[in-house]
Amino acid sequence: MNPRILAATTGRILRQLRHDRRTVALLVVVPAALLTVVYYMYVDQPAPPGQPAPFDRIALVLLGFFPFIIMFLVTSIAMLRERTSGTLERLLTTPLGKLDLLFGYGIAFGLAAVVQAAVAAAVAYWLLDLETAGSSGLVILIAAVNAVLAVALGLLCSAFARTEFQAVQFMPVVVAPQLLLCGLFVPRGEMAGWLQAVSDVLPLSYSVEALQEIGSSAEATATMWRDLAIVGGAAVLALVLAAATLRRRSG
Amino acid sequence: MQDAIAIRDLVVDRGGRRVLSGINATVPYGTVTGLLGPSGSGKTTLLRALVGVQVVTAGTVTVLNHPAGAPQLRHRVGYLTQAPSVYADLTVRENARYFAALQGRSAAQADQAVTDVGLRTAAGQLVATLSGGQRSRASLACALVGEPELLVLDEPTVGQDPVLRAELWARFHAMAAAGTTLLISSHVMDEAARCDQLLLIREGRLIANDTPAAVRAATGVDDLEEAFLRMIKVNEAGTAGREAS
Repeated sequence: MNPRILAATTGRILRQLRHDRRTVALLVVVPAALLTVVYYMYVDQPAPPGQPAPFDRIALVLLGFFPFIIMFLVTSIAMLRERTSGTLERLLTTPLGKLDLLFGYGIAFGLAAVVQAAVAAAVAYWLLDLETAGSSGLVILIAAVNAVLAVALGLLCSAFARTEFQAVQFMPVVVAPQLLLCGLFVPRGEMAGWLQAVSDVLPLSYSVEALQEIGSSAEATATMWRDLAIVGGAAVLALVLAAATLRRRSG
Repeated sequence: MQDAIAIRDLVVDRGGRRVLSGINATVPYGTVTGLLGPSGSGKTTLLRALVGVQVVTAGTVTVLNHPAGAPQLRHRVGYLTQAPSVYADLTVRENARYFAALQGRSAAQADQAVTDVGLRTAAGQLVATLSGGQRSRASLACALVGEPELLVLDEPTVGQDPVLRAELWARFHAMAAAGTTLLISSHVMDEAARCDQLLLIREGRLIANDTPAAVRAATGVDDLEEAFLRMIKVNEAGTAGREAS
């Protein structure tokens, strides 16, 4: 990796995003709007005894989930465009290293996710009265790490997609199982053993657990840091695999 | 002095089909060499092998004394793909500055490259809003910006108006005079006369690797398109003769 090339690549990706005002608007507005819908869905639902209010429980998980879904999609398409437009082929003849490109995407879309998560969190905490025992800054941190994981998985999956149609089909494959098994719908401890085993190897399960730790503890817990490290480790692993699938020479 | 490019027995298969079958060719330093041949003759595949993005079945490709695609070559070789490979959602200037940064060049050098391809007034325009010819010149600016020792250009003059085409060829020759080696593909035979050296290929086979004057002398005709046709006939007769015997 070369710091100058990495910085130039990150800047280039952010510049592309900046020129696309509609995408920026959608990135910022949609999660906050959906959280508002969820708020009104649960506004009259009583809190189960000894548990947080349903909106608090769900909104917290969604704050981590939106960046994951959206950045996965954005990255898959962005990387596919690099392949189909020939820019990737050209980049690979320049001094740019594969990791410069992959980390460039990770950093650029990670920053975009921080902005997105900050706006969504601001709406959730200030307008929708979200209450968590722990700090909102940690929620945004986990959202950002989720986004980096999503970027890494998107870069990896784009290697297996030849067309936009295929790229979009990877979203349900990657996102849906993690959403279903993360513990949002059924607590992980109450699932059938084999589902738990699947859930245990899905990184999003750990980021949801980390968010739940923030929801219930005033101070950051050791479990939360461990979970965050697991999600970060999964992101690095996916980036390394993505680098391995990115070949300078093709047939 | 060794050649800027030396290709030995190059064989490339793509999608189960033999695209290049045993190419042997050299390109001297500081020349404008034209790679000419009809559409589908293997020009792009040959250029991709030179810049090291093509999986090669057999043979060797040596570029500036290194194997093609070697890391040392990545700031010494500039590559223009056939379809303009620039970011449509960036301006011309932003594209040039990005590719300049990759090569360790300044923003001022990037702006100069944009001016050199005649896009100074369109520098602030998004590439998506450019015409096809402008777009391919934006792509060319990004290949020129690193001031590489070898420029591999895949059909750089397609879709350009005659005035611009003449300007681009004049620029290519000025660069060659300053020591740059240029390999330029084209399927338009009238561009052959503008080159110092010619590589003529057809159906993945090299038919000639010579100067335009030598090609004319060998075939006895002045028109290079006619000369090319005659060489194909001679070549096919030779192949048929070998196969029959």
